[in-house]
Parts: sequence; C-alpha cells; structure tokens
Amino acid sequence: MVSASAKKIRPKYLSLPALLFEIRLPVPGWVSILHRISGALLFFPFAAWALYMLDTSLGSEQGFQAIRNYFQLALVKLGMLVFIWAYCHHFCAGIRYLFLDLDKGVELRTARITSWIVIAAGLALTALLGARLW
Amino acid sequence: MKRLVTGARYGLRDWLAQRITAVIMAVYSVIAVGIVLKNQPLTYPVWKDLFAQGWMRVATLLFVASLAWHVWVGVRDILMDYVKPDGLRLTLEVLSLLLIASYLGWTIQILWR
Repeated sequence: MVSASAKKIRPKYLSLPALLFEIRLPVPGWVSILHRISGALLFFPFAAWALYMLDTSLGSEQGFQAIRNYFQLALVKLGMLVFIWAYCHHFCAGIRYLFLDLDKGVELRTARITSWIVIAAGLALTALLGARLW
Repeated sequence: MKRLVTGARYGLRDWLAQRITAVIMAVYSVIAVGIVLKNQPLTYPVWKDLFAQGWMRVATLLFVASLAWHVWVGVRDILMDYVKPDGLRLTLEVLSLLLIASYLGWTIQILWR
C-alpha cells in the first residue's frame, strides 16, 4: 500500500505560480520579504527622488515653493505614501532584526507577535506621517 | 567552497557594517523628522538655515555615507539571491555601485554649494 505522502512529487521545484499562489508565507516571512522590497524601493527610485527634492528645495526660495506645490499633486502624495511606508517598514523591521541578532525574540511565539507589531507599526507610522501631507 | 567574483566576501565585516550604519541612519532619521515636525509649517529660511549649519551638513553626509555602505551590502544580497547568470549579476552590481557613487556626489554638491 502506498501512503499519501509517498505519492507526492519530490523534489518540488519552485515556480513563480507556486511562489505566488501555493506557498503561504508565515508572518515573519512577510516581514522579511517586505523588508527586502522596501529596501530595494528605497535605494531606487526613492533615494534619488529624495535627493531631487532636497536639491530643489534648498536651491532657492522658488525651488522651495515649487516643491510645496509639487506636494499638492495627487500622484506625488501617493508616491510619498509609498515612500513613507517603505521607510517606516524598513525601519521597524530593521530594529526587529537587530534584536534577533542579539538572540532576543527568537522563540516562535515571540517572533510571530513581533512580526505583527512591525507590520502594524509600519502602517501606523505611515498613517501618522502621511496624514501631514493633507 | 566555490568562490565567485560576484559572490560575498565570506566575512563578518559587511554584516557588522550593515548593522552599525543602520543604527546611524535610524538616529539621524528620528532627529531629522523631529526637527521638521517641530518647525511646522516649514518655511524656506528655516529650511535653508538648518542645512547651513555645520553639524547638520556633516550629519547628513554621515547619513548618506552610511546609506552607501548599507545599501551596497543589501543590494548585493538581493542580486546574489535572485540573479544567477554571473555576467548579468556583475553588470547590475556595477550599475548599483555607480548609482551609489552618484548619490554620494550629488549629496556633497547639495550640501556644499
């Protein structure tokens, strides 16, 4: 008699559909992949965008006003929200990793709780700082 | 062990550097956000004076220098995980380094003009 587990095809190779629809990441996994995605976004394009805005706003009074008006555009506000979220998530998740490096919070239960805290804190900080755009 | 040109440097230094630079950037971020929030609504003279001060220029340069090192370790980790062909990986690594160098140059230009 063949058991159910023996029928499974092994080894299982990861395809993009499998990654997207089959594999369910645990919460710490979500924090991790979002840490990567937010880090990549912060490197490009957000760092370049921030430098552009710093350059223009410090360059002259007109430049400062131009950035002021720039922030009134809906698309810019939306982009800033993503920027702020990426920064806040990367920040909070980073602090969690610093503690994990020190062997603090590595137990499964704690790791799950702190993952939820990081996701919630990232979103809450985004809401708090993002609200100032309006 | 197979040692690739585009691989890691198999050492503790980058790992540690990424964490130290992270702490430097975190401290700067909290202070910078605090200053901006305290000076609402922000006006051009206040903004200009803030970056005219020596400590702010040095702190900002330290932030971007930390960013340069931190992001290099991170980007290389990502490229090592997802980009397998050596030629493409090396090309993307070089482009990343050029982008990092241009961020540094641009920052110096903004702060000391």
